[in-house]
Order: sequence, then structure tokens, then C-alpha cells
Amino acid sequence: MNYENGKKENIYEIKNLQKWFPVRRTMKEYLNKEQRYIKAVDGITFNIKRGEIFGLVGESGCGKTTTGKLLMKLLEPTGGELVFNGKEVTHLNHSSLEDYRTKVQMIFQDPYASMNPRFKIRDVLEEPLLIHMKNEERIKRTERIKKALAEVRLQPPEEFMERFPHMLSGGQRQRAATARSLILNPDMIVADEPVSMIDLSTRAEILHMMKSVQRDLGLTYLYITHDLSTARYFTDTIAVMYLGRIVEMGDPDEVIDNPLHPYTKALITAVCEPVAGKVNRIKEVPIKGEVPSAMRIPSGCRFHPRCPYAEEKCMIPGIQPELEDTGRRHSVACFRFKEI
Amino acid sequence: MDKIKMDEKNVLEVKNLKLYYNTSMGQVKAVDDISFFLRKGETLGLVGESGCGKTTTGTALLNMPTPPGYIAGGQIIIDGEDIVPIPEKEIRKRIRWEKISMIFQGAMNCLTPVYTIEKIMMETLREHRDMTKDEAYDRMVKYLNLVGLPEHILKKYPHELSGGMKQRVVIATGLFLEPKVIVCDEPTTALDVVVQAQIINLLKDLKEKLDLSFIFITHDLATEAEVSDRIQVMYAGKIAEIGTNLQVYGPQGPAHPYTRRLLSATPKLHEKVEELAFIPGTPPDLLEPPTGCRFHLRCDVSMPQCRLEEPPLVEIEPDHYISCWRCSR
Repeated sequence: MNYENGKKENIYEIKNLQKWFPVRRTMKEYLNKEQRYIKAVDGITFNIKRGEIFGLVGESGCGKTTTGKLLMKLLEPTGGELVFNGKEVTHLNHSSLEDYRTKVQMIFQDPYASMNPRFKIRDVLEEPLLIHMKNEERIKRTERIKKALAEVRLQPPEEFMERFPHMLSGGQRQRAATARSLILNPDMIVADEPVSMIDLSTRAEILHMMKSVQRDLGLTYLYITHDLSTARYFTDTIAVMYLGRIVEMGDPDEVIDNPLHPYTKALITAVCEPVAGKVNRIKEVPIKGEVPSAMRIPSGCRFHPRCPYAEEKCMIPGIQPELEDTGRRHSVACFRFKEI
Repeated sequence: MDKIKMDEKNVLEVKNLKLYYNTSMGQVKAVDDISFFLRKGETLGLVGESGCGKTTTGTALLNMPTPPGYIAGGQIIIDGEDIVPIPEKEIRKRIRWEKISMIFQGAMNCLTPVYTIEKIMMETLREHRDMTKDEAYDRMVKYLNLVGLPEHILKKYPHELSGGMKQRVVIATGLFLEPKVIVCDEPTTALDVVVQAQIINLLKDLKEKLDLSFIFITHDLATEAEVSDRIQVMYAGKIAEIGTNLQVYGPQGPAHPYTRRLLSATPKLHEKVEELAFIPGTPPDLLEPPTGCRFHLRCDVSMPQCRLEEPPLVEIEPDHYISCWRCSR
């Protein structure tokens, strides 16, 4: 899968996607017919190319998990358009949703909570087959389960099939979860923080396994994470989110070595690195405070209250910076990126 | 009461500490015969994978093992006094939060949701000190300002504060009885990177201002590099290596094979790697720990001796301790 990135076709096109969650109204608001929203995802546009790993990075509350759920069709978008494999999938009815789910599967963050503890691994993996391939024989199902377990290197598959989730370690569970998402031969997998609950020593092993499965089967991943270091290693394209919008997007090496948005810059300086000689030195963190609530999004550029470079033009209500291509497969949404 | 003799530079000494859990499946030796010390004004980092006994060690230092765990032996000496045999009632009065306090992992989970911050902090303060309400209030404000929070926070409930603010409240609560030693159990793990950097800066600042000694528990070697003067790596209830920041992260690299491999599995942001390293296998089941060196099953340089005999913790150069047969020679 080593073609030029520009030549690959888009598997998923996300156009101006929005998800607003209504907030419970007070009596006064009810009478005035007002409604406030939590704008978890507020107009994001990007394309995922076939066979690539697309990384969505951001702090908690920036809308990255909501985006994942929207792409999984677990949530209905408030606005915008989703195009998957050339077909519009923004709103789907029940039967086409069932069809869609065989193409797009998900790996969840917590391998301890995502499996029924009373199911054997065999049952966990058989469940999607029972729903989506009702007419298949039991023997064939078993074959598929074995194949999926072999793909994620849970060897020997016969033995792992008969185990319960509690008999597996965290890493093995995440492998089984990956096998479950592979069993319907999907085109795309949404992985929401798949390794954040796994021990450091085995984390790389899981990422390695996911990458080799992706190469073998030509899959596309949407990898959602808060960890820039693994994102750099794992992804082909990276998008940094802040308060429901993408602030910077592009080639991972380019974004991390040469960040243009002040928020990305701050994120990168804040990451700890295992290098000697940093003790007893106070690290300069350029941005102050914490992410504001998605209920009260600042006007203008939504990063301006925390931005050390903010000017008047960043605060004009109603005008938000759009993603601007800088060439070199790198785009940024900032009014002043050329000056700073 | 007789004081136990301690090295002058040390504020805390742990000798042959054993902490076991009795479970229906058998005895789990979560911390098995470890000895270490903490110098005045330094930060000692405790690193390891989950289940290696780092949090267990932390709670043991306050003499409050989580049931069914219990301290099976050893000494914890603070201020010339072994706190292991002291009854719980006295510990509460004299030791815990007075001499040693703890900052817990989930700051959001250790603040009572139905109390205001004032009530939460007041509870600790008035339990320990004979103070009027006004004195207590002044002191709370003083410590809140110290951790960078305004006074009006006191009237708020935990759910009204952000994660970073809650963590600051917990730090203030841990500080205001002026303990000498503070055990931080993953204080930054649940926080976002920017807030994490802010909290780390705060801890460094407080260490300087109040002359504190920290024990900093985390699973992340990268965080440890930024906060700890000395690093203590634990594996399966044992100490694998203790070294200064420079010895572990410096150009020469750590000595123990486990630390070496853990460090190479830690992703570095500014280094382009094709393949991340990892350690095959999983940490051993402590119900039946392996014989000899506990790491030998996952070690790439193990020798026959490693399977048979347990390596002792030896000092290979000043301040650098290691327990490995191959590397201690």
C-alpha cells in the first residue's frame, strides 16, 4: 500500500459535519423558545483515503470521539454530509444501516467493558455473524472465527475460542476486539483510543499488530487518540481538533516537526519526553487555562482567549479561520500562521 | 520514645517491606521485600507496568493497604519512627497527612460530590488542628492561592470545577498540614497534556517553595524524566533498578534489561521510528511468580543462572542500584 497519497481515492468524505447536543432548558428559556446547544462537532471537513490510517488527535472534550461515533452512525449528525464509498450515508434507514455496519466496524477504548463477560471469545466473535450472515452454516462460521483470530495472532485459535474474556490479558482482549471488528471483512475500522488502557510494554505490540493487519487486508483506519507520540508513529495523516473543529491537518511528520497553529505548538511543547536533564526546570507552557466548555464557544477564532498571538481580527464574531492549504500536505486554520 | 537512627540526608527509609494480599486463590505477594530511601528535598519516581506494585507501595507508605492487603513485614521509618506497628487510630492522628500525605490518581473521584470544596478541606483541617473557623479559612485560602486557585473556589462543588482545578484542590488538601513527604499516585494521568504540564510545573514550584520530598508514582517513563531526581523501576513486586535521572535517561542508558526495553517502548515525539519496540509476553502472575529473576521469561539476555537464583539489589556505581545477574558484574 505504498502509492502516492494524492492518487488514492477517497473512501470517506466528511463535509461540514456538525453534531449539536441540545441542553435541557430552563423554564425561562422554554417560554422564550430558546435552546442552547453543546456544539461537540461544529463543522469539520476532511477526506479519508482508501488504505490510509487517519489520526484524529485532541484533548478530552474536543469532539474526537463524537466524530468517531458520527462516522460509525451511532449518532445522527445535526448537519453536514457523509459520503462513504461514493454513496451518501448521512441519514440511513434501518436496512441500509445494517449493510453499512458490515463495511465500517469499530474498536472501543476499554477492552474490559466492550465484551460480555459471560460470552466465550467464540460467542463474542460469532455475534456479528449471527446478525449479518444469518444463512451461514455453523461450521463456516467457526472457520471465519478461526481465521480472524489467526489474523490478530491469537494462537492457537481453537484454544482462545473457548476462553472467557477474564482469562485474557488486556492486550489479548484488544486483539480479540480487533478480531471481532475484522470478522465481517469491513473496509474501514474506527479505533477509538485502542491502546490507552493497555500497558506501555505491550502497547506497541498491539499497534504493530493493527498495522500489519491493515497492510495485509488493505483496510482503512480512523485512529482516534490523545497521544501525539503514537499518532506520529501509527498514522499517515493527522488532524488536530480543538473545540469541535480541526485546527491543523496534514502529514504527521510535517505537523509535529513543523507545527503552524499555536494550539498544536503548545500541545507539542507540553508532551513529556524521556530525555535526561529536564528535572528542576520549569517548562514553558505557552497557553494558559483549560479548554472552555463547548456550550459557550468563544466568538471568532475559538482558540483566541488562550492564544498568545491573538489580535483583534481573531475576535471578530462570526468569522472563523478556515483550513488553509500551505502546500507540503499541510493545512492550518489560523489567521496569523504566516506571521508567527 | 527511642528514635530509630536514620541517615541524616534521608526523610524516609523503607526496609524489607512486604505487602501481601490474601485472596481465595492464594497469597499474592504484591510487594515482596523491597528496601529504598527518600532523601530530603528530592523526588523519587516509582515506575512500572500495571500490577508491578507501585501503587501498593505508595499506600503502604501511609500504612493504609487496601484490604485484603496487609503489611506482612518490614519497616517504614519516617522521622526516626517505624510506622508499621503503630495502631490505626494513632496513625490517623499523628502520621497520615501530618508527616506524609498522598495525592490520588483520580482527583475527580476523591472529592465528595455533595460537599463544597470548603467543607471538604475544612473536614481534614479541623480533624487535625485546633483552629477557629476563621483561622482555618485563612489557611485554606493561603494554600489555594499557593496552588494557583482563587478564593471563591471554596464555595463551589466539585462538579463545577475542571479536571485541572480539582487536581489542584487535591494537591492543596494534601499540603496544608505541612507534611514532609508527599506520595503522588499518577497525579497527571487523567489530565490533558497541557494541564498535565501545568500541574508538573506546580509540583516543581511547590517542592522548591515548601522544601518537600515527593514520591511520584506513574507508569510513564516520559513524565518521570521531567519530574524525578531518582527513578526506581519496579517489576512484579520487586525493584529492578534505582538510578539517578542522568543514569537512566542519559546517553549511557539504563543498566537493567527491563528498564532498557521499557524505555525503548516509550514513544518519543521528536524521533521518527519505523517500528516501535515492545516487550513480548505479559508480566507474571504474582500468585505463582517465576523462580529466580522475575523478568527472565521476557528478558532477551537471560542466562541459566537467572532461572535459578534471585538476583540481589547491588550498587554498581554511586546511587545506581540494580538487580540483575548479567549486568551487575
